[in-house]
Amino acid sequence: MTEPVLLPMPRHGLDLVPLADAPATKKEFTSDQEVRWCPGCGDYAILAAIQSFMPTLGIRRENMVVVSGIGCAARLPYYLDTYGMHSIHGRAPAIATGIAITRPDLSVWVVGGDGDLLSIGGNHLLHALRRNVNLKILLFNNRIYGLTKGQYSPTSEVGKQTKSTPMGSVDRPLNPVSIALGAEATFVARTIDSDRKHLTAVLQAAAEHRGTAFVEIFQNCDIYNDGAFDVLKDAESREQSVVWLEAGEPVRFGAEASKGVRVSSRGSLEVVDVADVGADSLLVHDPQADGPELAFALSRLGNVDGGVTPLGIFRSIDRPAYDDGARDQVAQARSAKGNGDLQALLNSGDTWRIGG
Amino acid sequence: MTEIVTTPVERVENVVIRFAGDSGDGMQLAGDRFTSETAELGNDLSTLPDFPAEIRAPAGTLPGVSAFQLHFGDHEVLTPGDHADVLVAMNPAALKSNLHQLRRGATIIVNADDFTARNLRKVGYAENPLDDGSLSSYDVHALPLTSLTVKAVEDSDIGRKDAERAKNMFALGMLSWLYSRPTQSTIDYLERAFAKRPELAAANVAALRAGWNFGETTESFVVRYEVRPAEMPDGLYRTIRGNTALSYGLIAAAKLSGLQLFLGSYPITPASDVLHELARHKQFGVITFQAEDEIAGVGAALGAAFGGSLGITTTSGPGVDLKAETVGLAVALELPLVVCDVQRAGPSTGMPTKTEQTDLLLAMFGRHGEAPVPIIAAQSPADCFHAAIEAVRIATTYRTPVYLLSDAYLANGSEPWLIPSVDDLPDLSVEFATPSADGTAFQPYSRDPDTLARPWAIPGTAGLEHRIGGIEKANGSGDISYDPANHDTMVRLRQAKIDGIAASIPPLEVDDPTGDADLLVLGWGSTYGPIAAAVRAARMSGRKVARAHLRHLNPLPSNTGDVLHSYQQVLVPELNLGQLALLLRGKFLVDIASYSQLRGLPFRSADLLEAIEGMITT
Repeated sequence: MTEPVLLPMPRHGLDLVPLADAPATKKEFTSDQEVRWCPGCGDYAILAAIQSFMPTLGIRRENMVVVSGIGCAARLPYYLDTYGMHSIHGRAPAIATGIAITRPDLSVWVVGGDGDLLSIGGNHLLHALRRNVNLKILLFNNRIYGLTKGQYSPTSEVGKQTKSTPMGSVDRPLNPVSIALGAEATFVARTIDSDRKHLTAVLQAAAEHRGTAFVEIFQNCDIYNDGAFDVLKDAESREQSVVWLEAGEPVRFGAEASKGVRVSSRGSLEVVDVADVGADSLLVHDPQADGPELAFALSRLGNVDGGVTPLGIFRSIDRPAYDDGARDQVAQARSAKGNGDLQALLNSGDTWRIGG
Repeated sequence: MTEIVTTPVERVENVVIRFAGDSGDGMQLAGDRFTSETAELGNDLSTLPDFPAEIRAPAGTLPGVSAFQLHFGDHEVLTPGDHADVLVAMNPAALKSNLHQLRRGATIIVNADDFTARNLRKVGYAENPLDDGSLSSYDVHALPLTSLTVKAVEDSDIGRKDAERAKNMFALGMLSWLYSRPTQSTIDYLERAFAKRPELAAANVAALRAGWNFGETTESFVVRYEVRPAEMPDGLYRTIRGNTALSYGLIAAAKLSGLQLFLGSYPITPASDVLHELARHKQFGVITFQAEDEIAGVGAALGAAFGGSLGITTTSGPGVDLKAETVGLAVALELPLVVCDVQRAGPSTGMPTKTEQTDLLLAMFGRHGEAPVPIIAAQSPADCFHAAIEAVRIATTYRTPVYLLSDAYLANGSEPWLIPSVDDLPDLSVEFATPSADGTAFQPYSRDPDTLARPWAIPGTAGLEHRIGGIEKANGSGDISYDPANHDTMVRLRQAKIDGIAASIPPLEVDDPTGDADLLVLGWGSTYGPIAAAVRAARMSGRKVARAHLRHLNPLPSNTGDVLHSYQQVLVPELNLGQLALLLRGKFLVDIASYSQLRGLPFRSADLLEAIEGMITT
């Protein structure tokens, strides 16, 4: 038996995807379909950022596939002139997994909302994240069901009054970033529809990541949940409510970065006045830390409803991708046994001959 | 010196043997090996493993009994046999739960060592049936199989437990002697299976030989039997189980189509063996994905199909329930997908290891909206190979999801298989769409005029970028459309495409030797063998009976209506409450007589014969 040839595992999200001969334009990535979101929807800003960002990846549009589930966000594939599938509610990560495993030459993106990916599709999201399939998953979180006209969602705050919860919701919301880190996702980030530059930078990092990249995008639904993220956007509140995560930098926020985050004596994270404790005692953000513990603790600092909300890349680590491993097993089997002889397979086992 | 007793040999035409014991007694292995020895001898055969869903129910209890039935003969064997001629029962539970499977006068070989007061009480025997005369109408051989085995392997370097475990090989050796079976292939098998523990291989071989010698040197059995080889077409044969044949069929179809085989699956009885089998053959480019649930299994397969692979999912009834929405999406996307449903007894969990044909209407109608899906059913274990190839042909040619129906009986049952030559298998090559030479815009929902299939345009093809989805699409362009007339057109187009498959399938063949029978017996799927055996028996007693069997359930062969209308009476036996009968009555306005059994087992031919004779005399 010959030794199996061990191919070097790809490291970059776009390894194995053919490059374009010439630079592409936003126009080439824009389809001829009329965009049908409500006027003022945060999805427009995200779409514009994606249409501008995708041509910069240097790959051909025919090698890009965008898969979505059901919901407002899930309409996005229609507006990109790439390959796309608008599938069924919650199942996009599963469908995209089949594409990614069989087609290493494609850049595969998943788009869905908080209901799509965390409620009906929660299980598929969880397993895509733990497997580390080479997918880029964008979760547009508007904390409400939009397409079904305004019911509370799995990320809505406790007490949310909607048509389905006229006396207020009684269940606690999920924190998508905490969920992703709990599943030990290898790339976890959070950004916001109103900050084009930050959104684009996060998408760029996600595209480059080998494995599942999970990006939560805070997105305003101006019809059913308008202003859900205003506390992170308004000039008077944002300094106190947002902490921007930067790799290798101390975690600081507030006016003149006067506040910071450190590990408390009890092992949790606490917000402190930098003047009281000194800058050296602050937590230095390390998205490449092997374990997800500190990233998880950062995700618990707050999520719009209170505390301080971190935006940026929580985690980005190097782990083998599922699809690379699955293809490598095929390569190893072929290297060891050759390319499969069908007649020999049919003739295997105990056989006997009748006649000549 | 021991005097060798020469036992007289009696020739018989066919025999049904049943091995029964605790789940841990190795009865399935003993049955498998006896099957291989029998196949090697050239008998035709059919098997029925009959085991509980529990992996190891408490030892010695009725729920823990695992059985294996084998019917072999010197002529065409169509069923695993209605009643056994020989029962090997390793304990009181096995005797008690299998006694009703025997014909009167049958031979019973029991392991007397296990008939202790405690074991008898466990299964509710107040008296030892070996002593109380209740078995007087059988030929009972109460033999201390455990102690004989332990004694036979006492020179081996193994513990008491391993020694006792070899008793299945002792029993097999004895049966092999009784029916003059060659044992060399079993010796080879044991040496392969225990290659890493040669002391176990040696002990099992010793037990096998001891069992043979016990038959030869004692006077327990007054006669040995011989079953002559059956007349079978020339060629190379092997025995094959349905799930193995189905797996090989999928691998073959991938090769014949030039597509990569992608299986998305979630473990479920009795379909899991297909996942296991395919996972062993990665050198064929096979990728198996064990998904987080049934929905993800079919979803990933559909994603792979979008990417240009042969997307397959395997499951059983409960999984079909869960996959329904994704199958509906595949209908709307018009992409190839094969859903293999190895049916089991329902509803709900039902009886996971027992057979039934109760998913026909589920496959036919189990989706919202007008969502037609072709249905293929395999008729025997080996036929699963060809049925799988046919399912892939239809899926790829017509760009549609296809249901391939097997069942627990076919999945685990086995029969001799005349191995086909790969050169004789059909060409399934597919063509992916390419951009038009004149630069006209790509129309993802344009159609082939013959098949009504839409183009299979896979990602990576420049110029064919397009978006598809579950929302209704405009005919041709594939753009989202809520136009009333367009929806009416699309619903009818999707139906016409599936109906049109009938043009590519052979007409329904009727076996009517005299040509003037009044009664047609029509079946589908795994009832092929029992129906054929019952019809054969009816003809032998002078009845005129026609017989036909459906492989394609949707669409039906185009002459189905004509066939039904040309008989005064039509009997449709099914392991359900008349699902095909309902379809045929609705479609052809024919008065169908339905015959049903839902015992979790294949039909007994004798019951079918009775139903047939009932039709003829009334």
